[in-house]
Amino acid sequence: MLDNQMILMLAKEAWITIYMTLSSTALAYLIGLPMGIALVLTAKDGLRPHPIIYKVLDFVANIVRSVPFIILLIMLMPVTKWIVGKSYGPTATIVPLTIAAAPFIARLVESSLLEVDRGVIEAAQSMGAGTWHIVWKVLLAEARVSLIVNATIALATILGYSAMSGAVGGGGLGDVAIRYGYHRYQVGMMMITVVLLVLLVQIMQYTGTAISKVMDKRNR
Amino acid sequence: MYEQVMISVKDVSKTFTTNEGVVNALDHVNLEIHKGEIYGIIGMSGAGKSTLVRCLNFLERPTTGTVCIEQHDLSAMKEKELRALRTKIAMIFQHFNLLMQRTVLDNVCFPLEIAGVSKREARQKAAELLKIVDLEEKAKAYPSQLSGGQKQRVAIARALAMEPKILLCDEATSALDPTTTKSILALLKDINERFGITMVIITHEMAVVQEICTHVAIIDQGALAETGRVEEVFSHPKTEAARKLIYQSGGKDYSLMHGRKCIRIVFSENSSFEPVIGNMILECKAPANILLADTKDIGGIAHGQMILQLPEDEIVANRMIAYLRERRLEVEVLQDYVG
Repeated sequence: MLDNQMILMLAKEAWITIYMTLSSTALAYLIGLPMGIALVLTAKDGLRPHPIIYKVLDFVANIVRSVPFIILLIMLMPVTKWIVGKSYGPTATIVPLTIAAAPFIARLVESSLLEVDRGVIEAAQSMGAGTWHIVWKVLLAEARVSLIVNATIALATILGYSAMSGAVGGGGLGDVAIRYGYHRYQVGMMMITVVLLVLLVQIMQYTGTAISKVMDKRNR
Repeated sequence: MYEQVMISVKDVSKTFTTNEGVVNALDHVNLEIHKGEIYGIIGMSGAGKSTLVRCLNFLERPTTGTVCIEQHDLSAMKEKELRALRTKIAMIFQHFNLLMQRTVLDNVCFPLEIAGVSKREARQKAAELLKIVDLEEKAKAYPSQLSGGQKQRVAIARALAMEPKILLCDEATSALDPTTTKSILALLKDINERFGITMVIITHEMAVVQEICTHVAIIDQGALAETGRVEEVFSHPKTEAARKLIYQSGGKDYSLMHGRKCIRIVFSENSSFEPVIGNMILECKAPANILLADTKDIGGIAHGQMILQLPEDEIVANRMIAYLRERRLEVEVLQDYVG
């Protein structure tokens, strides 16, 4: 079952999985990070309370998260086609992955930033810090450990989502599992892909935890 | 010479709307603080002192009334002007509020960074400030590696970075043990004398006011009960609120005490946060007479000892001893203690 050709194919698909996961996580952070910051700032007891913006963001974050990813994947096909030019393949999968992950990441960022001690924020205000200084130098800097831990969670979740895209020919390890394991009854192949996915998650989790430990200066 | 008015609070009220209704945190407060004074604002918890101090730099906006710093009305200022002004009104806090992910030196650099001072200049200035608070050797440490007193010293160095005219201290010594409190207060007094910084000290402890304040305002349920020079308010308290605060540490009714049994209690570092004696008295519903209490700094760790005279009733006295031992305090029964 495992000849050279198969190994090469698995390596290629594993790389596609990594490519999809990393690029959609990065893109999702481009949307989710500002969105999370905005959620914290515009909240009722935030630095720049704005009920309307907050409610809109809150609503968007909830609605996207409540649509099952596999449905979102299909619903977004026209959008994907418009952006990427086709609705299947690894690059095309990045579009729904990003859109699905962004609100999730916004929530993770929001919860990380809310962990920052209010007293420290108040201290910064008392020194004359403006909102942007507080966001950069207090909120993001003080919450960095929690942000990294949550980024690890985001990566693992998006990796899981990316495997689902196999259902619509998205490519990657999930695709292999469905094509070989489900359609051709090759349970062995399916198991191998699952093991590879588990390994990927382990590596991500290990790296994330290690980085956050090095960066945390609170318990020394 | 006519003293310059630094802070003037006119008819300030602050109301909060909560789920339980409207709360009057401050009720028509009038206050005048002159340059160079150390002004204590004392009150029970919930009296509104924290709200009042936050009105002085507009972290809280008063609902009505005006606050002027050197004749400049804060309510007339734009956000940007207000931020510029705040750099000259520093503040320190009960829980220090240091940035936990920055070194001590970078914490002191923080206000300078915000003000746009170059990194090199900021570090140089910060190093000098750490010298003033006697923490040069901790420059590269992180706040989590410091004791409470050291953290407050860092906060003080940080507060001095922008060369403020006013220093607001919000319960700055309330989380510290008595020895550390003394050294922090001594540092504040020294800074007041060296740099002429006007200080506002918020506290619930009369001892703090006695130790360093020149003037005091007693706040009770959002209103100022009494203001004046410390000696004056101390010797002739006019209001019930003032009397309550002044007699909180002395003026016990000695006639109640006929007991002979004396005990010595030793407090270790971790037991000094719980008000054990107070709780013991509440629990056993009987008074105990404090004959002696002091704290010694042994190798950087605070050791407190106290000698108590217990009530005559054996059962109550034994319950008190048992209570204290339950709290893991070292209790020693003294025979024939002569105070």
